[in-house]
Amino acid sequence: MTIKPVFDETKCDGCGLCVTVCRCGALEMQNDVVKIIEVAHCGWCMDCELVCATGALQCPFEIVTLDT
Amino acid sequence: MTINAENLGKLKYFAGLEPGQLSNMTLLFTEKAFVKGQTIIAEDDVNEQVHFVSSGVVKIFKTSSEGKEQIIKLVRPGESFNDIPVFNQGPCPYSAQALGNAVIYRIDRKDLLPMMKSNWTVTANALAAVAEQSRLLLQLVEDLSFKNVTGRVAKILLQHSVPGPEGAPRLTQYEMAAMAGTAREVVGRSLKALEDGGAIRLEGHRMVIVDKEYLKQLAGLN
Repeated sequence: MTIKPVFDETKCDGCGLCVTVCRCGALEMQNDVVKIIEVAHCGWCMDCELVCATGALQCPFEIVTLDT
Repeated sequence: MTINAENLGKLKYFAGLEPGQLSNMTLLFTEKAFVKGQTIIAEDDVNEQVHFVSSGVVKIFKTSSEGKEQIIKLVRPGESFNDIPVFNQGPCPYSAQALGNAVIYRIDRKDLLPMMKSNWTVTANALAAVAEQSRLLLQLVEDLSFKNVTGRVAKILLQHSVPGPEGAPRLTQYEMAAMAGTAREVVGRSLKALEDGGAIRLEGHRMVIVDKEYLKQLAGLN
């Protein structure tokens, strides 16, 4: 299962901007509510997080070190 | 979507106007749809129309001679761009690109200025919109000029990293910006600089610290 943005429905105001900018089709508007759907690959472009004015969508990074 | 009084009333410039006043203005506007990624205005274009986002999101940005991009702001529904060339005349100082599909309303300088002369509400709204943009630009100047944001971001990455590959705490760019006391756009630029400098590598949702010593040096921890 591909990693997808984190969505908090309680913060979503239903503006739909995230759906319009999504590059991989992971976001859909269903009955005026944003839904995250399964896609083959989310490229983590973070455009949905960028346009979300309410902070409902988040694209957190795991920060790891290469300790060899 | 057509330009009607209701849609015009949602634009910040025209907030507080009566429906009758808005109806009388509709013929002064043109509407154009842009597809995702399409350039609306390129930097240095000469264009004397204030642009209003009716739907979608528009990215306002500058590009360096090396091709590096600095996002100035995102323009959301109801907000305007290209105000500066209209009031100050001259080329547009930034580029504007539709981040997703967007519908833009436009009004010519020759139609807007008489409207502002006869209607104080529009004038006050326009001043407030331009002042808000100036405030944001000054904040950006402060962040880029006076704050060592890259150093702060380097420190945040070191503080929040764990030996890979799994189980690391997760952090958004907004959270990093809040920690560094800056805007998300500035953090994005810093992360790009760190990636270009070989300190980190972005692998989808994973940020790999490749050169820990370099990050320590940037963070002033050496």
